[in-house]
Amino acid sequence: MIATLAFYLFAGFVVLGAAMTILSKNPVHSVLWLILAFFNAAGLFVLLGAEFLAMILVIVYVGAVAVLFLFVVMMLDVDFARLRAGFSRYLPLGLGLAVVLLAELLLVLGGGRFGITTGPSHAPVLAGMTNTQALGSLIYTRYVFIFQAAGMVLLTAMIGAIVLTHRQRGGIKRQNIDAQVARTPESAITTVHAASGEGVTL
Amino acid sequence: MIQLLVFLPLAAALVAGLGNRTIGDVAAKSVTTVALFFSAALSWVVFADTGLGHGAAYTLPVLDWIDSGDLHIAWAFKVDALTSVMLVVITTVSALVHLYSWGYMAEDPDQPRFFAYLSLFTFAMLMLVTADNLVQMFFGWEGVGLASYLLIGFWYYKPSANAAAIKAFVVNRVGDFGFSLGIFGTFLVFKTVKLDAILAAAPGMAGATFHFLGAPVDVMTCLCLLLFVGAMGKSAQLGLHTWLPDAMEGPTPVSALIHAATMVTAGVFMVCRLSPMFETSATALTVVTYVGAATALFAATVACVQTDIKRVIAYSTCSQLGYMFFAAGSGAYGAAMFHLFTHAFFKALLFLGAGAVIHSMHHEQDMRYYGGLRRSLPLTFAAMTIGTLSLTGFFFTSGYYSKDAILEAAFARGTTAGVVAFVVGAFVAFLTSFYSWRLAFLTFFSEPRWAGSEHIAHAAHGHDSPEADAAHAGGTEGTNDSAGMEHDHAPVAAQVPTGTGGYHPHESPWTMLLPLGVLSVGALLAGFVFHDTFLGPDANAFWRGSAFVHRDLAEAMERVPGWVVWTPGVAFFLGLALAAQNYLRDVAAPQRFADTFRGLYAFLVHKWYFDELYQLVFIRGAIGAGRLFWSGDRNVIDRFGPDGVTTLVGNTAVVAKRFQSGYLYTYALMMLVGVAAAATWFVPRLFQ
Amino acid sequence: MIGLGHYLAVGAILFVIGVLGIFINRKNVIIILMSIELILLAVNINLVAFSSFAHDLVGQVFAMFVLTVAAGEAAIGLAILVVYFRNRGTITVDDINQMKG
Repeated sequence: MIATLAFYLFAGFVVLGAAMTILSKNPVHSVLWLILAFFNAAGLFVLLGAEFLAMILVIVYVGAVAVLFLFVVMMLDVDFARLRAGFSRYLPLGLGLAVVLLAELLLVLGGGRFGITTGPSHAPVLAGMTNTQALGSLIYTRYVFIFQAAGMVLLTAMIGAIVLTHRQRGGIKRQNIDAQVARTPESAITTVHAASGEGVTL
Repeated sequence: MIQLLVFLPLAAALVAGLGNRTIGDVAAKSVTTVALFFSAALSWVVFADTGLGHGAAYTLPVLDWIDSGDLHIAWAFKVDALTSVMLVVITTVSALVHLYSWGYMAEDPDQPRFFAYLSLFTFAMLMLVTADNLVQMFFGWEGVGLASYLLIGFWYYKPSANAAAIKAFVVNRVGDFGFSLGIFGTFLVFKTVKLDAILAAAPGMAGATFHFLGAPVDVMTCLCLLLFVGAMGKSAQLGLHTWLPDAMEGPTPVSALIHAATMVTAGVFMVCRLSPMFETSATALTVVTYVGAATALFAATVACVQTDIKRVIAYSTCSQLGYMFFAAGSGAYGAAMFHLFTHAFFKALLFLGAGAVIHSMHHEQDMRYYGGLRRSLPLTFAAMTIGTLSLTGFFFTSGYYSKDAILEAAFARGTTAGVVAFVVGAFVAFLTSFYSWRLAFLTFFSEPRWAGSEHIAHAAHGHDSPEADAAHAGGTEGTNDSAGMEHDHAPVAAQVPTGTGGYHPHESPWTMLLPLGVLSVGALLAGFVFHDTFLGPDANAFWRGSAFVHRDLAEAMERVPGWVVWTPGVAFFLGLALAAQNYLRDVAAPQRFADTFRGLYAFLVHKWYFDELYQLVFIRGAIGAGRLFWSGDRNVIDRFGPDGVTTLVGNTAVVAKRFQSGYLYTYALMMLVGVAAAATWFVPRLFQ
Repeated sequence: MIGLGHYLAVGAILFVIGVLGIFINRKNVIIILMSIELILLAVNINLVAFSSFAHDLVGQVFAMFVLTVAAGEAAIGLAILVVYFRNRGTITVDDINQMKG
């Protein structure tokens, strides 16, 4: 019973959050609604028994991606007063198409036409292991290649993001370690004999 | 020997033509002239052997050309009496013309080219007459057409020469089309193009018919008429004659060689060569007769009003060719060939003589600016007089024998066509005498009239400066129109010879006079010497099947009434008297005649309006048809084809361009639409 | 009982909302990026639901990698957006029409 209630709670908030994300006028609000959606999706995951994935969702999506969104929204200095409220003129057509798509999806998925095969599964849940352990034992053995590939994707994304947004700013003083270390006393020091009481001009 | 005879001119032409400026003028001229004289000598040997000596006819193969199914075309030299006659005519006249051109073309910068063309022409003509089959004859036919084009348009920087050359070639082509159809038809009927085979099989096909558009048509008539169309084109018969007067744009030696003696006679030669074929079709012979007679009449009338000395002789040629054709049409092929033989000599003589006059008169060709030249150019005068006597048929000149023979044959034939041809021929003989003596009187008699000529003015001022001063001085004393300008009648007597403008023509160099002399001898004696050989009851011994000989016609010719025999002589004297009256005694009479009969005069001066008629019908018609097709091509084919496709692509691109709005959400929407469509496509299948 | 269908329905609804979000807004490109995240979330829910009901961990493994890629893609997308903003000065969707044919 609790499970059912929890499901409907989480599901409801996910849908609400998603809807408000796209309907909200203020982009900051949109991001916040998105965060709500993510949290509740994580809840759904927990209900499904994939707690590792739920936590990952919170940490990565909410903690990193959504925060990144916020940063950018703030950085872009969008003029809120100027935001227009209108929707595009394709809205009726889009809504119609969306309805069609939804209907098809529900027809296919909700019909229960294809029964879950009870054949031998690829990675059966072994008893006595937590979800994390089970995932780990799978990822690092059988799917290690994909794991490495995912790492490469992340690396590429990181480098790409930096390369795209990096810009040279003029007038920045930087240290050139090699030059510093290679300095010799002859170029760094000059000895000037000055009479007492008189100044020196270098 | 015959190979040497035929190929020497070709070799000489190649040497002179390819050598051009590299080997120099003298070398080119010498090579070609010597080669031609050699060929001429050989031709007389062949004539003596195969012709006079009654040697057997022979065929010398050279190479095989086409061997395809029934079609066998080989290159071979066929030598018989007919060929030997033509060989003599061609090579002799050509050799003399080569020699003559040394003097006539002496100041021309392009001499090697000229001599190369002359020799090339000779080679092509020799190919034509030694042809063993119709296709080889056609090759020679086309070759002489080409050479004619090259030579008429020799002075290519003159637009009139270019136009004349093209006109000659195109009109010839029309004839060639008929000739080609004739060859095709002959092959279809006889399954061969070899002359020997065709001529042997021809009598067997007499009377055969085929059906064309539902009506029966006589086979041999059809073939002969088609082949005759080719002859009409080449020999400038009425209908396809328009090119011959314009061909006078070429240098005079060219006119002498090609348009008097040889190329234009190719048609006559062809008809005589194919005489067994023509004999099987009375209709074709009648047509030939009428066309020949009509041409003779037409040309003679027009020649009476020409003022250009070369045009008179050109129309005279046209008229004499008409004679030859109606002789052939009357069945007297021997007479036609004999007239061809003698005509070659005296017509070439006349042309070369005219060329000498033109040369002396500094290229002035209008006879109104001549007069009194017999004192300045005595030798030329003698030669021209001999030529004129021969042309008009004075007793015992060669023209007398041949013209007489033709008129007797036409009458003796007895058919309607023959009698008509005789009457027309007699009238034309009268006209021939008239215009020939008119030419002689205008050119050589009465007083000089060339002061008003621009050519002479050039010469007087350019060459004879002291005399020009004298002319000026003399002119201003006694006359008020001195050397040079627009008046063209003899001024009043003064110190200076009347109307000479101070210019004294001098005789031509020996290179030009020698050929005149040789041809004069031929013009006088050829008839007397050879008439029995060519004509007469023993002619068959000479021809021996190379040309058809009507034994009964020959005998009938011997028995014609006396008045028929005397008709040409009477015509001669009448013409002479009329010419003398109008051009020696009462010089204003011609002008009065022209003023009285204005319409007739205009009709004759405009050459019976043939050029205008052709311009209207064919040229305008062709241009109109061309325009019609061009507009159809552009508006229909182009519009729906390339241009249409281009425009369509352009328009489609403009429409398609509107899909690229650049707006993100449009693209996203399209993607969504695509996804929805794809899903809609697959979903029902899941439920099947 | 909450069956597989319920979870799948939730996923479907989320997916459609995300798709809708891409083109009904004209104001803000960031909303588009967030809609993409919603789509990916919907897919993840699908995967995990199947994985749970089929007792097969592959679904979860795959969902994890989807997550990884989504995060990377969000980063790159935002980087592009930042650079675009620097050049154009606006992130209004309507003004992005430089690819107009």
